[in-house]
Amino acid sequence: MNTMSDPILDIRGLTVTFGGGPKPVRALDGVDLALGRGEVIALLGESGSGKSVTLRSILRLHPPKRSRIEGSIKVEGIDVTSLEGRALESFRGKTVSMVFQEPMLAMDPVYTVGQQITEAVRNHEKISAADARARALEMLTLVRIPSPERRLAAYPHEMSGGMRQRAMIALALASKPHILLADEPTTALDATVQVQILLLLRELQRELGLSMIFVTHDISVAVEVADRIAVMYAGRIVETGTVRDVIRTPRHPYTIGLLSTRAHGGRLEGHRLPAIPGSPPDLANLPPGCAFAPRCAIAADACRASVPEPVDLGGGHRVRCFRTAETVNKVAALAPAVTS
Amino acid sequence: MVQAVAPAMIDDATIERSPGYWSTVWRRFRRDPVAMIALGVIVLLILIAILAPYIAPHDPFRGATLRRLRPPGTPGYLLGTDELGRDMLSRLIYGARLSLFMGVTPVFLALFIGSAIGVTAGYVGGIVNTLLMRTIDIIFAFPSVLLAIALSGAMGAGIVNGLISLTIVFIPPIARIAESVTTSVRSLDYVEAARASGAGALSIVRKHVLGNVLGPIFVYAMSLIAVSMILASGLSFLGLGVRPPEPEWGLMLNTLRTALYTQPMLCALPGIMIFITSISFNLLTDGLRSAMDIKA
Repeated sequence: MNTMSDPILDIRGLTVTFGGGPKPVRALDGVDLALGRGEVIALLGESGSGKSVTLRSILRLHPPKRSRIEGSIKVEGIDVTSLEGRALESFRGKTVSMVFQEPMLAMDPVYTVGQQITEAVRNHEKISAADARARALEMLTLVRIPSPERRLAAYPHEMSGGMRQRAMIALALASKPHILLADEPTTALDATVQVQILLLLRELQRELGLSMIFVTHDISVAVEVADRIAVMYAGRIVETGTVRDVIRTPRHPYTIGLLSTRAHGGRLEGHRLPAIPGSPPDLANLPPGCAFAPRCAIAADACRASVPEPVDLGGGHRVRCFRTAETVNKVAALAPAVTS
Repeated sequence: MVQAVAPAMIDDATIERSPGYWSTVWRRFRRDPVAMIALGVIVLLILIAILAPYIAPHDPFRGATLRRLRPPGTPGYLLGTDELGRDMLSRLIYGARLSLFMGVTPVFLALFIGSAIGVTAGYVGGIVNTLLMRTIDIIFAFPSVLLAIALSGAMGAGIVNGLISLTIVFIPPIARIAESVTTSVRSLDYVEAARASGAGALSIVRKHVLGNVLGPIFVYAMSLIAVSMILASGLSFLGLGVRPPEPEWGLMLNTLRTALYTQPMLCALPGIMIFITSISFNLLTDGLRSAMDIKA
């Protein structure tokens, strides 16, 4: 894929700090991420690793008074961090749009689905109510909601979970954005519905040529939808690469740990699932070195002294680890098969 | 892939088109007999107030010294006559106009001003919130009856001054409710989602905040109507609100109290009207609250 020469979204050295008090929390620390046109990147990580903070930073949704954003976020050549007022409003939803985790909470309970999509369209385009309504109908058809005419007049609470998430996707796509951010869009859904929503997102992404960042903590979801995976830990991207590289030959000890904790065929009954020892670090109190060092089996003194810079292993596979020499072929046997 | 997705949705396709929010509320409200009776009484009172010139049997201002303080049931004067010989029934009918007006108007004015203050404070937050809400708290610290009496005492008697002082009394509680509901709505996902889809601050407040906040505030304000009526009657009773000879229930209560020992039934009539009206508004509020499913 030769998309990296001209990324649609280019994040460099993004650092987000919350709260100016005596103990500010550094939620993101030097995140670099480039999203190519038509590419899907999965941000993978546990709670508090900074996945959602990254997405919200792109849309500038953090309260400006209580957060400090450093670094640059460029979308189609425009620096998002310097957008204000009207320019910011027309950027949100029109260029970059977002699908939220919990559609029940992300849709206003007192308006019908049709009214909400219409409103989203009319935030950006000066079109008549009838045209906006036609667009809403078109969007509901696009996300394959059955009998869409009737659904326009439905309130969010009258729909099933999967239907709501479809409507949420329709809402996000209403102004025809170029980049879609999906914040764990399947986490709140039933397992069977999850698959449908994933397929739908993947299909729409191809159909509309969307670029997409997909946040998830589920490795199998990431494998299903993404071209590339970026693994986050404690506000840093510790490993990025194509799905194949990251899953087949993970090189960061955290990624290796994540992959080995998956329950898949071949485990013997009665054996414990492996787990990563320790617990995620306190973001207000990070160690001076690699944030994963306290839980890492192969950590050396260098790891505890300073934060490792990304090492390029070729083919866009970058790892933030001093000990990559030790991790070659470490878990090839444990890693699940990748079929794409 | 499309075919693989479609079959799971069939069950939903057969559902009938669902009714809107307000028709659901009305359906639930209709099943509550107490609330329906209260609504009926209030509608009746409003009709009486509107149609007063047509249904009142006598001129409410014309008295006659020869037939003062007749008991209820006197021929020609169904509810008797007051201390100046004016027909009680006509005065009660005309009294509904001023009493309802004095009860409802301050609450609606306060609903308007109070929600504007509360929503602004809640949505903007920070120093604006502190400034607005602490000012509100200072007013709120006075007992409402005392505040109403002090304000209309300072401004002088009269209907307009009474209305203004009652409005000022009701702004703080409404503003506080509006502020707390707004604060809780502001941090909800759908407000953030609206912002993420490019909605401006004004349109977020107008559609998403007000749309979700007005219901609870409105129901709370309804419960204040009863209080407002009693306060307004109280002001008139003390000579601070409506001035004689205007017929108003609170004022009638005052002027008739001299006859308490000779015609107790007569004296009680305006009080009974105040009681019926305020309890109807209270019961209506309860019914609305449960029909709209507001937990407060």
